[in-house]
Amino acid sequence: MEIKKKPKIKSIPYEEFTDNETLEKLVKELNAGGANVALGVLDDFINWGRSNSLWPLTFATSCCGIEFMALGAARYDMARFGFEVARASPRQADMIMVCGTITNKMAPVLKRLYDQMADPKYVVAVGGCAVSGGPFKKSYHVVNGVDKFLPVDVYIPGCPPRPEAFYYGMMQLQRKVKIEKYFGGVNRKEKKQDE
Amino acid sequence: MNNIRFIAPTDLHDEMLRLRQEEQMDFLECLTGMDWGEPDEKDAPDTPRGLGVIYHLESTVTGKRTVVRTASLNREHPELPTVSDIWKAADFNEREVYDYFGIIFIGHPDMRRLYLRNDWVGYPMRKDDDPEEENPLRMDNEETIDTTTELELNPDGTLKNKELKLFGEEEYVVNIGPQHPATHGVMRFRVSLEGEIIQKIDANCGYIHRGIEKMCESLTYPQTLALTDRLDYLGAHQNRHALCMCVEKAMGIEVSDRVKYIRTIMDELQRIDSHLLFYACLAMDLGALTAFFYGFRDREKILDIFEETCGGRLIMNYNTIGGVQADIHPNFVKRVKEFIPYLRGIIHEYHEVFTGNIIAQERLKGVGVLSREDAIAFGATGGTGRASGWACDVRKRIPYGVYDKVDFKEIVYNEGDSWARYMVRMDEIMESMRIIEQLIDNIPEGTYQEKMKPIIRVPEGCYYSAVEGSRGEFGVFIESHGDKTPYRVHFRSTGLPLVSTVDTISRGAKIADLIAIGGTLDYVVPDIDR
Repeated sequence: MEIKKKPKIKSIPYEEFTDNETLEKLVKELNAGGANVALGVLDDFINWGRSNSLWPLTFATSCCGIEFMALGAARYDMARFGFEVARASPRQADMIMVCGTITNKMAPVLKRLYDQMADPKYVVAVGGCAVSGGPFKKSYHVVNGVDKFLPVDVYIPGCPPRPEAFYYGMMQLQRKVKIEKYFGGVNRKEKKQDE
Repeated sequence: MNNIRFIAPTDLHDEMLRLRQEEQMDFLECLTGMDWGEPDEKDAPDTPRGLGVIYHLESTVTGKRTVVRTASLNREHPELPTVSDIWKAADFNEREVYDYFGIIFIGHPDMRRLYLRNDWVGYPMRKDDDPEEENPLRMDNEETIDTTTELELNPDGTLKNKELKLFGEEEYVVNIGPQHPATHGVMRFRVSLEGEIIQKIDANCGYIHRGIEKMCESLTYPQTLALTDRLDYLGAHQNRHALCMCVEKAMGIEVSDRVKYIRTIMDELQRIDSHLLFYACLAMDLGALTAFFYGFRDREKILDIFEETCGGRLIMNYNTIGGVQADIHPNFVKRVKEFIPYLRGIIHEYHEVFTGNIIAQERLKGVGVLSREDAIAFGATGGTGRASGWACDVRKRIPYGVYDKVDFKEIVYNEGDSWARYMVRMDEIMESMRIIEQLIDNIPEGTYQEKMKPIIRVPEGCYYSAVEGSRGEFGVFIESHGDKTPYRVHFRSTGLPLVSTVDTISRGAKIADLIAIGGTLDYVVPDIDR
């Protein structure tokens, strides 16, 4: 059977998000192998919990980090979304928000931090520098986008992005988490290969 | 060039020692590495050539300032004598020059790269170096080396390579950073401990070295402005002010009074913003989370004012060469006048929740004492210097903007400990509000932007100008050869001298005090690494 997945974000209709096509494509790919009914329902339940308690790693190299701190403070208050438990240890974090420029010297360190995180893990590239190198694209010591060495789930452009943009990006990540198969997918439609 | 005295490398050390002792030039303001290229037959006799260094010196006793330069024509093995034994500030700055230009300082006790990886090939700031070609992105972890080298000159003129140990085999070394919430960014400290007591700290910079100075050399003057905001993002207005002022000075542009008023008010708002964030972060680092929310609550109000006029919250891109980007918003005056009584009325909460707290006092008082002599020798300006009794405020020393027209007190404490550094900044918030109050009603009419040519060319020469940034003297040095791009831009970082003091003032303190010391020094890492 196929589970219809339209991730729901409170107060924002599905149609108002941009880039729904990517999400739909992802759902299609995930559903290609069919889904177990019982596990599918359990998946939804677990993903509901996971998407509302995405704990970020406190990782900031430059300007965007200050806006990330502003998110934690009273006006923007990311606790409303369940993101407030910023962990200093990668072992306890669900996602890494790459806030700021990543330089050649920092790149192996960031990779190591990512490797230390427990699965399932997500990467959000925040700000022009993490997306593409931003204003420092031509520098000899700046990596032009963290997607050169990390799988990025959501890009949040801006220099630095406004806190509202952070939230939009985070909600997109929540939507992505909500359609995932937590228990993994056994492809039931695929024929067993003869050995 | 024209006004800079040249000293041959062989005489440099003696001459510098004379300047230090006889003329009391005790403050090494800025040390800039230079690449003037190879000698050419068509050169005028006084054209500077070779790889060299420019020293900006100032006397804190007489207030006299002087600039000298030196250069070596040898490009293979450029060697200059060190001045790090005369001024402690030269220690990190000479390492930076070695990193950028490959100039070896003879007698420097720690000739390692400061920013780039140990296995980096070439010297990026040399005009003939192509850093990207030989240095692809390396994803292997950098090896940390425990040794460093010092070059000594033998009596017969040959060089001796002396290997020095940073940390011995038996020492217990703890690594803090680069990813650590209390280092305020990607700073890395290697701390040698004896029980809980800090024996030695080795600061590793460069994890956010973005090569801004090199980038500036290929950008036009208006383009370079954008990068200054991103150096010390809590002093975005002030940094940009410094660069604009430097270019305006070089071109002989006089900005209108209105611009001066606007810039001064913006600088002071930025200072309050930065000090509020300092308060919030220090409190959070020491475990007082409530205070963090207080600081950010009021900081948002300043950001709202910025946003209305400039369009940006954190990075404003507001100052331009010859003026500002846009006139102030009609609401600006009203909102600033609302904000100041508000903050005055609420700041007692800050003191109640944190300043008066016995835990905060115990953790700050007497911790990390920086003496006045050390502050000057390291060039630790700003709140840190003033907490050590050194009246180093650029706003008083070399007034710019309209600081000569306003009445304000320079906050100076004499204790030099973390507590004094904290109190200086809290008092400065009040002084900044006083400055704004005196100016906000008197903003004169006038143009907010002088008419500029579409292509800005700065006349040939060397220019230096400085502003009082949120955390010290922020200076800009430009050497122009008359093109539309600068030949060399150097930023006097406010944070680098502060980080260089960490080793000195933390020795003998407890490891937990390092957080208080780092918090009160209040450095911003992208400004250090540039």
